[in-house]
Amino acid sequence: MSNVAARVAEQFDDAVQQRESATVGMWIFLATEVMFFGGMFLGYAVYRSSYPMVFGASSQRLDIVLGTLNTALLLTSSLTMAMAVHAAHSGKRRSLVGFLFATIVLGAGFLGIKFYEYFQKFEEHLVPGKGFVFEGADSRHAQLFFSFYFAMTGMHALHMVIGIVMMGVLIVFAMRGKFTAEYYNPVEMAGLYWHFVDIVWVFLFPLLYLVERS
Amino acid sequence: MNARESLEHQHYLNVSYGVKSWLLTRDHKRIALLYLISITLFFFLGGFFAVLIRLELLTPAGDFVQAETYNKLFTMHGLIMIFFFLIPSIPAVLGNFLIPLMIGARDLAFPRLNLLSWYIFIVGGIFTLTAVVTGGVDTGWTFYTPYSSTYSNSAVVLTALGVFVTGFSSILTGINFIVTVHKMRAPGMTWFRMPLFVWAHYATSIIFVLGTPVLAISIVLVGLERVFGIGIFDPKLGGDPLLFQHLFWFYSHPAVYIMILPAMGVISEVIPCFARKKIFGYNVVAFSSLAIAILGFLVWGHHMFVSGQSEFEGLIFSALSFMVAIPSAIKVFNWTATLYKGSISFHAPMLYALGFIGLFTVGGLTGLFLATLAVDVHVHDTYFIIAHFHYIMVGGAVMAYFAGIHFWWPKITGRMYPETWARLAALIVFVGFNLTFFPQFILGYLGMPRRYYAYPDEFQVLNVLSTAGASILGIGYLIPLVYLLWSLRYGRVAGTNPWHATGLEWRTDSPPSTENFEETPVVQEEAYAYDEVPEEVSLV
Amino acid sequence: MRVPLPFGRGCREAEGEGFTGLEDPSSGPSGHLLPEGEGRAKKIMWSELPLFPDRASTIAGETDALFFALIAISAFFATLIFFLIFFFSIRYRRRAGRPRAAQVNTSLLLELFWTGVPICITVGLFIFGAMVFMRVRQPPANALPIYVVGKQWMWKVQHPEGRREIDELHIPVGRPVKLVMASQDVIHDFFVPAFRVKQDVVPGRYTAMWFEATKKGEYHLFCSQYCGTQHSGMIGKVIAMEPRDFEAWLAGSTDETPVKAGEKLFSRFDCVNCHAANTRQRGPALEGAYGHPVRLQTGQTVLFDDNYIRESILNPMAQITEGYRPIMPTFQGQLNEEQIMELIAYIKSLTPQQSGKPNP
Repeated sequence: MSNVAARVAEQFDDAVQQRESATVGMWIFLATEVMFFGGMFLGYAVYRSSYPMVFGASSQRLDIVLGTLNTALLLTSSLTMAMAVHAAHSGKRRSLVGFLFATIVLGAGFLGIKFYEYFQKFEEHLVPGKGFVFEGADSRHAQLFFSFYFAMTGMHALHMVIGIVMMGVLIVFAMRGKFTAEYYNPVEMAGLYWHFVDIVWVFLFPLLYLVERS
Repeated sequence: MNARESLEHQHYLNVSYGVKSWLLTRDHKRIALLYLISITLFFFLGGFFAVLIRLELLTPAGDFVQAETYNKLFTMHGLIMIFFFLIPSIPAVLGNFLIPLMIGARDLAFPRLNLLSWYIFIVGGIFTLTAVVTGGVDTGWTFYTPYSSTYSNSAVVLTALGVFVTGFSSILTGINFIVTVHKMRAPGMTWFRMPLFVWAHYATSIIFVLGTPVLAISIVLVGLERVFGIGIFDPKLGGDPLLFQHLFWFYSHPAVYIMILPAMGVISEVIPCFARKKIFGYNVVAFSSLAIAILGFLVWGHHMFVSGQSEFEGLIFSALSFMVAIPSAIKVFNWTATLYKGSISFHAPMLYALGFIGLFTVGGLTGLFLATLAVDVHVHDTYFIIAHFHYIMVGGAVMAYFAGIHFWWPKITGRMYPETWARLAALIVFVGFNLTFFPQFILGYLGMPRRYYAYPDEFQVLNVLSTAGASILGIGYLIPLVYLLWSLRYGRVAGTNPWHATGLEWRTDSPPSTENFEETPVVQEEAYAYDEVPEEVSLV
Repeated sequence: MRVPLPFGRGCREAEGEGFTGLEDPSSGPSGHLLPEGEGRAKKIMWSELPLFPDRASTIAGETDALFFALIAISAFFATLIFFLIFFFSIRYRRRAGRPRAAQVNTSLLLELFWTGVPICITVGLFIFGAMVFMRVRQPPANALPIYVVGKQWMWKVQHPEGRREIDELHIPVGRPVKLVMASQDVIHDFFVPAFRVKQDVVPGRYTAMWFEATKKGEYHLFCSQYCGTQHSGMIGKVIAMEPRDFEAWLAGSTDETPVKAGEKLFSRFDCVNCHAANTRQRGPALEGAYGHPVRLQTGQTVLFDDNYIRESILNPMAQITEGYRPIMPTFQGQLNEEQIMELIAYIKSLTPQQSGKPNP
């Protein structure tokens, strides 16, 4: 177990303390992320309750096929992430790397589709700002909807990019043999982060894409 | 004098030299000093802006600076003092230095994150300073929309970026403190044996992690609105300016508890030591800190009684605001009761601490005026508010900061500061402070609005008194700068425990070694066990 | 209250019980501060040190009563704490040879006592404050409406009888006045210290405040929500006059009433094309609509009030009346806040009040 002891940082007494500290720390960090996204969710909720019709009409301009596809990709990536953590726990290095890679691919796929959607919206003049055009009712508040759409999905995408970079770093570490069945803390923490980002999308998708779709 | 009584033992300051050993340190004590130097620079910059403000207000006409300049001065004074001095001051300097020592740990849970916090703070500070030197920002520290998002012609985005970045410094510190308190306590150091200073920082950290992100998103949205013209807060684009106020104050009210809770933690350490007595009501004071942190999240609407929110909201926020005053009052009573039948001495830390109790009491009582709906309608956005928060922030938090700096100076540096000069400075600060800010209560009820650089003639006498006080206050703050620096070279060597205080930090060397303790201590006694300190031990 | 001091020359004394500060030559006619050297006194007004504002409205006395109650409570507790600290510091100061004191560290009774007493006090303050607040916020039904538009950096006042003012507000003594306020740009705040009331003026909506002056005089008007460069200059006077003088003053101008101005705008901007009586199928009838509920396309019901009218003019698609097509164009950018207020005044006038007089 000597190589395990070498991986306990100086300030900790033992590996258990280290692991528990990291876990508590990550959970608290996720709580801060909840508050961060929460501000935007609150703003969205306030405006949606004030202007339900135009928010419904705007939501229908989003591509529900792509949105659903993205949801599927992201949920699957959470599965592959969970499999990666499991592989780490079992000490299976190749599976770990494989599943991390799969997570990256799925995440990148999500981002690709997202940016394609953004491009589509740009073509349709639905990007808030000077070029915004919305035929029909209440274009002012439609712009509000799209402001929230871009701000919230954009912030979410940023978090995904960070997550993908983290996965990349983990792959490098894993290939260098840094993780063992006893020590795979960073993989677990990254998993928590990734699941959180997934959950944010699970809220974003119905709120943005599924308004007035009956 | 044994080896430990001189400064020739190896400690965290002399264990390594060179810029790299400081800029890449993981030692919480060195990081605390990095913060100390940074925030001191910001304090004097913010203070300089205050001097200019008070000089302008000597005369009723706007004749010292231009209107636009004045607006930038008060904005930057507020931003710098709040985000770059007050919020980090006690937690990032004293908290970082002392929390591991107080709980018997070798360091915080995440030392590298701690260093990252400081770098983030510096980056945020650089953004904001860049905004200052490239023309400044004039929105008021409160960034109300649509002025900040659409109308202002100043460096709003750059400043917002600076504040946004610095917020992460707070968040990481908060995470570090919470995990440290949960996971790194020495054997025998139960929750209820921890110093109240640690409790206070734990409560503060809850606010750090839950409140700061909301400020972050508010600022991001203002920035997006300004850069891309999207309309979230601009009524011409369908948005609501009040949404910004709700989001902003949701953080910024708890932020004031970020600024005062650590200060209360310092007082809870100083009073027992200089009264030679266990603190009165330990459990109650500990729980009061948590109560303040939690209730503090529920009162933000008291900044918005006349903003256009409904009467119903006003009633709710008023009631909750009264409630949050209660735990603070309880603490004041407990500190006062600690003095009863104590054995009191009046060294500088104690003078600052006693000053804190008095001035915080006044500041807190005037908070009741503001929670009272009908009175707040009259004094909102006047100098009454300015006086109120300066009593708490300056008469309270800054005095507690000075109390803490003086109290733990021997531990941090190994040297004593000159006591007579320190007492003199404390007195000057107390007098100057009251002369500066008491007249502002009167000005406020008379109706002088805040953020005015010119005012009706009849307000002049009170303004002149206030400026006179400010010059005295400024001197009071400069004196410690001089003698504290002096003491680094010429101060008397302090020894391990010059105050004969309880607390694990006083069981290590002064200054401590890098790993804090030779062996992890095992704690067997309650906090503030002053009844067990021998009678004949006298203070320096 | 004013404190005459023994030194200082050349400052005129203010009349009356309180200090209004406006009877001095250094302010221009509209209350603005004149720059240096233009006939203003440069010396400090040492002979006057105002300590308390003039009290000139019906609510001011109640606010002051609360204020004094708070001062009494604060003075009591502050004195108590200061006294105890001083007393304990002296009585229990460290002295050589003094035997160790008994250590008293907890007392549940004491904790309950000094928790309970503040709770009782704060509950009392809350109730008292809330009661006065509700009076501050609820204008009496017979309040005289006056329209105010705040813009960077001036106050524009429109009396319903026609007179307009800038940075000045003439009102009658002894009659409740309700200000209906809008902002042309950023958030401002209409503050009259002598009346003890203020209200933010928020762009995008109407806010209101009311007061009743109790004595004639000139009182400071301040903008008290930071609004940009000349925020300190957005000041003026509220001039309270005896009712007869006020009527005379009102009559002394040939300005158009807002109702008339609104009628002209209604025609000029072609509102008649859809909203006149015989074209009802295009747009909803406006006669008799003001103050009544409106059923929207979404099924919601809203009140046909000032804010509804304003929203309909600027963003007609947001709240479409049931049974009508969404064909109303927006007038965003074509009408400023004053013009919108005039249109609202006109539309209000189309609905007679119960007593037969036009709506306030």
